Amino acid sequence: MPDPIFLLEAFINGILLAGVLAILALGLNLIFGVIDIVWIAYLDLVMVGMYTVYWLVAAYRWPLWLAGAAGVGEVAMLGILVHLLIISPILNSPPINQLLATGGLLFFLQSAATLVWTTDHKSLQVPLRVLEYGGMFFSAARLIAFTGAIVVCLLLYLFLTRTYMGTAIRAVAQDREAMALMGADPRRVYVITSAIGGGLAGVAAVFLLLQYSVHPHFGNSFGPLTFMICVLGGLGNLVGAFVAAFILSEVISVGGVLLNTEYAYVIAFVIFIVAILVKPEGLLGRRE
Amino acid sequence: MSLGRVLAGLGLLLLALVPLFPFGPAGDYFLHVLIQILIWGFVGTAWSLMGRFGLTSLGHGAFLGIGAYGTTLLWNFWGVSPWLGLVVSVGGAVAIALVLGYPCFRFRVVGHYFALVTLALGEVVRLVITAERNVTGGSLGMTLRRAGGDSLVALQFADKAVWYYVSLGVWAVGLVVWARLDRSMARLAMEAIGEDETAAASVGIRVTRFKLRITLLSAALTAVAGALYAQYITYLNPETLSGVGVSLRIVFAAIVGGMYSLLGPTVGTALTTALSEYLRVAFGVRLIGMAETIYGLLLILFIIFLPEGIWGGLARLVRRRGPARGRTVAAVTPPAR
Repeated sequence: MPDPIFLLEAFINGILLAGVLAILALGLNLIFGVIDIVWIAYLDLVMVGMYTVYWLVAAYRWPLWLAGAAGVGEVAMLGILVHLLIISPILNSPPINQLLATGGLLFFLQSAATLVWTTDHKSLQVPLRVLEYGGMFFSAARLIAFTGAIVVCLLLYLFLTRTYMGTAIRAVAQDREAMALMGADPRRVYVITSAIGGGLAGVAAVFLLLQYSVHPHFGNSFGPLTFMICVLGGLGNLVGAFVAAFILSEVISVGGVLLNTEYAYVIAFVIFIVAILVKPEGLLGRRE
Repeated sequence: MSLGRVLAGLGLLLLALVPLFPFGPAGDYFLHVLIQILIWGFVGTAWSLMGRFGLTSLGHGAFLGIGAYGTTLLWNFWGVSPWLGLVVSVGGAVAIALVLGYPCFRFRVVGHYFALVTLALGEVVRLVITAERNVTGGSLGMTLRRAGGDSLVALQFADKAVWYYVSLGVWAVGLVVWARLDRSMARLAMEAIGEDETAAASVGIRVTRFKLRITLLSAALTAVAGALYAQYITYLNPETLSGVGVSLRIVFAAIVGGMYSLLGPTVGTALTTALSEYLRVAFGVRLIGMAETIYGLLLILFIIFLPEGIWGGLARLVRRRGPARGRTVAAVTPPAR
């Protein structure tokens, strides 16, 4: 049994990690809920965003905030491109085809990144302090990422509930056909949703770059986990996404200390499999 | 006997004669590529048993890994003959498929959800193999213990020609299974289920049972391929034998070739293998990732423009042109959705 102080540290680090995971799950969830598609390559868009920010800072000496903003914009554009070039031509074919098409995108992005940037791990090495409190250590990067994630989630919540477009997005998520009958253009909603989904991936990219080094297969380490959180959270359920992110990142963080990283992930995946069988509508979802 | 059957027989005969041709020093390499195509073509065929009915598994790496590691671990640690190990590990793969498949089908986990559950399964197997590094060597991989020379009991042969015949045989068995399923009632039932589960159930099709059978069959064949591949390559690595990467590669080859036709997955595997081997030989290490970049692009284009794959598309063209040419290519109509 490890020292309780390690467990507490792992627990708090789990909370801090959950913020970024929640952003990713929300982005996927939004796309899944509105367009009914899982972007298997979602985390690879994050990877591209991380490389962009890295290069802008490391090679062109842009300040981090500016590079970060550019990265968010870039991934948002990528989101729109993914939708227009890949998803919309096959919007009416079986949903699994769309998933597989984004699987092709995953191959493409990972190998193109290998081709362009090689497999070296690139790290920003921002000189951020490590905070110490009661014998526990927390990196400032994680705190910044967590705070940023909360802010972004609040903004998203306000956008979805307080603006016309946000309301339209939620309406499409509830009933696609009815929305078209009401005179709203689902295509426009789709494009904007994809842009927001991409933008959220860009935000996550900036926060992840503060904590991790980037490499072409970065998406593989967080991808499956993000899908699990997205589904566990339940379709279109913002609070659910947060709860699921916290549960799974605690499993991984605390489980990583108690057992080892691999088994912590195994437990997280098993929880997911069981949850999807028992409660497919999500942790907080209501049965229809 | 139709023209199609004669052609198919001739084709098989030609394939069987390949190792007898004098290729000179390049012979071993050529055979190696062919063996790879046959084994992975077999895996793709096994995957498409499920995939063609909308049971999209993104976790076939799990069965591959169980087959490969099960057989090799039994041999390395206890000296159990791979013949017996094969039976045990295929049993293991089937058991896992049953434990996961039954509740999935019972509770109607379909589409995206099914894909994600299988994806999680593939990751679980990869992670367990990696985590048990004391036994499996973790991500460094493990080597098959040498029996010393050729041995039928240990299923180890130095001559690539032997491996060629073994994989040709296994591949042919895969095709026979596929073709038999294609002509059976099960296919009609599965297509009905793929289109509308409720309607299928309402006319008396046992949805759960049919889905489960297909899944178990596909899992068993994939585990066989895993064991066979490990025996041939004699080196196992969790990244190349389980997890998302391999699983997606299997799906990819099946789709590019065409999962609705008998030879589709094999053709897809042949194309992707040939492409990556060509790029590797032509550009060496300078263009690492080039082959997969092209794959990815092709996959997207295929799903958008030719979802029935290269072979499926060709077969459709041929059929459209004249009267049916027998059944060299089994019925290829993708189920209308």
